[in-house]
Amino acid sequence: MTQNATKFSARKVQVFYGDTQAIKDVDVDIEDKTVTAFIGPSGCGKSTFLRCLNRMNDTIDNCRVEGDILLDGEDIYDKRIDPVQLRAKVGMVFQKPNPFPKSIYENVAYGPKIHGMTRSKAELDEVVEKALRRAALWTEVKDRLDTPGTGLSGGQQQRLCIARAVATSPEVLLMDEPCSALDPIATAQVEELIDELRTRYSVVIVTHSMQQAARVSQNTAFFHLGELVEFGETDSIFTNPQDHRTESYITGRIG
Amino acid sequence: MTDSTAARFDKASPEIKAHLRKRKRSQFMLKTLGIGAISIAFAMLFLLVGSLISTGYQAFTQTHLVVEARIDPALVDPDNPSDGNFRQLALDIVSNRVIGGADTDNTDRLTDILSNRAQFTLRDIVVANPDLVGETVELKLPVADKYDQLHKGMLDRDTPEENRRLSDREIEIFDQLVEGGYVAKPLNWALLTNADSRFPEVAGLKGAIIGSAYALLVCFLLSFPVGIGAAIYLEEFAPKNRISDLIEININNLAAVPSVVFGLLGLAVFIGWFGMPRSVPFVGGMTLALMTLPTIIIATRAAIKAVPPSIREAALGVGASKQQVVFGHVLPLAMPGILTGTIIGMAQALGETAPLLLIGMNAFITSAPSTPFDSATALPTQIFIWADSPERGFVSRTSAAILVLLTFLIAMNALAIFLRNKFERKW
Ligand SMILES: Nc1ncnc2c1ncn2[C@@H]1O[C@H](COP(=O)(O)OP(=O)(O)O)[C@@H](O)[C@H]1O
Ligand SMILES: [Mg+2]
Repeated sequence: MTQNATKFSARKVQVFYGDTQAIKDVDVDIEDKTVTAFIGPSGCGKSTFLRCLNRMNDTIDNCRVEGDILLDGEDIYDKRIDPVQLRAKVGMVFQKPNPFPKSIYENVAYGPKIHGMTRSKAELDEVVEKALRRAALWTEVKDRLDTPGTGLSGGQQQRLCIARAVATSPEVLLMDEPCSALDPIATAQVEELIDELRTRYSVVIVTHSMQQAARVSQNTAFFHLGELVEFGETDSIFTNPQDHRTESYITGRIG
Repeated sequence: MTDSTAARFDKASPEIKAHLRKRKRSQFMLKTLGIGAISIAFAMLFLLVGSLISTGYQAFTQTHLVVEARIDPALVDPDNPSDGNFRQLALDIVSNRVIGGADTDNTDRLTDILSNRAQFTLRDIVVANPDLVGETVELKLPVADKYDQLHKGMLDRDTPEENRRLSDREIEIFDQLVEGGYVAKPLNWALLTNADSRFPEVAGLKGAIIGSAYALLVCFLLSFPVGIGAAIYLEEFAPKNRISDLIEININNLAAVPSVVFGLLGLAVFIGWFGMPRSVPFVGGMTLALMTLPTIIIATRAAIKAVPPSIREAALGVGASKQQVVFGHVLPLAMPGILTGTIIGMAQALGETAPLLLIGMNAFITSAPSTPFDSATALPTQIFIWADSPERGFVSRTSAAILVLLTFLIAMNALAIFLRNKFERKW
């Protein structure tokens, strides 16, 4: 493990959809200024666990979360925590780029606006520009901020979504297979961006591509059938897996 | 293995050929049936509109007497024009100017040529401009229904005199007028600008159009916000349980309840219990709102459901509250669908007759309502009244009124289609 501070600390997390258990006894520590990758076969609960970290699972009717998830030592499932405030601190980027059918500017400005983060138009402009720069999109869109975000290419749309998430000054960025709908060039751009984002944020990325996990992450968690099988530095997971299931997966024997 | 598969898909084999033929035949049948069905539908529509136009077009013109006449100061006091003797004035105009005042025997018949309401047309002209008293002006006055029919060729001159509504002598006098250039047949704007009347030649739809407009306005103001509110609650906030299932089923059933039942409900509740007045557009609008409400709720829920979950997730993901998601993202995206559903619901309400009959909006009212609380008719009930009237002139007016109603309906549906196309899905 690297030497960074712990951002998220999860203990004995269980997630149920109705009566079926999707996550069993997961303990994991997610570090600051680090990219943590969640890998594992499809349906093993990577997305489910990721969505626990910003309480997006609250929006699913029959979903129940047990156990403790601490963000900077504070239980995010505590009654005093407002999930709406939490999501400003823990931003999320989804599998399919999902910009709002509004202008590029409006897309990025939306978060700061609803959280009342800026007091003037000039301040908001500044926040928007900074977010777009961080998402490596500024030079491409600075002349057409008022055109619809949905008119951008797939890769640009995904970077716009990253800019939108970054605009609320989050501490953690959750990304659920952010490149699976992108072509290889756009994927490379987003991966490069993720590496830059690491300097400011704690990034958690779900990916089905082990090469991607190897390229962008420092820590890797391997999930299998709702359990966290192995968690450690990416290099050691890939070169020296401790569990036979991890080994089977990374050598391509579990699909 | 490979050999046998190849044999089975041999395109030349008789089984495959027969199968293909059968498939083509059934496809052809389906296509033919479809074209047949559409043709029948079009033929019906064509027949309906064609028959309406062929009977109704006559009502879009109205025969008028056009004369130069002096407004006699002896009959009309310029200081108090509304009290003038316009009946005598109208009579004088016809007898003096047209016939030259010679034929006193015909005086009675002459009063008949002009519409019974012509004196009021005359009064309106003079009251609007009292300076005309003593002047000679060109006047255009509507003739009575039977002369209108005669002029439009709808009165058969060959029927024996005793079976005809006009005597030979009357026809002769009118023909003289036509020859003298005193008769014109301009566009009948009065059909839209006059209120109802017992006399078809001056009866119009103004009261019905305004009555319908008020009723629809009330209906919209009630059913639109309530319907959207209910749909938002059911779709976004209500817990999914037995009770919400029950409500959902009931709303769907409500949309299928015959309109006459809503009419009875309106009669019992609004007029019976709350003691609201009969025949007024306000009550009509409330009754129509009962009918439109389920339509709007169903359309709104469908439109809300059609908003992709990714948009909600995106908004929730940056920390929007549920209410911000609904009002900032879901509703704007659902609005075209909601508006389309609402306009179609409103169009249904515009054509609805039974509930309005039950709450008395088929009264005979000769002035247009100035507020939603004045007695009035509505377009469909006006058609109902006119269709029931014995005067010949109302036959073509009924068809004309139906055409006016259809025009409004087509305009509303066109608006719905326009909105749907304009706000095509953007995601
Ligand atoms: N909304 C839901 N309702 C019920 N079951 C769900 C829901 N979302 C996911 N699941 C189930 O939870 C398990 C884990 O799903 P998910 O977290 O999406 O897996 P992954 O992202 O690793 O592919 C799967 O078995 C899936 O069927
Ligand atoms: Mg997933």
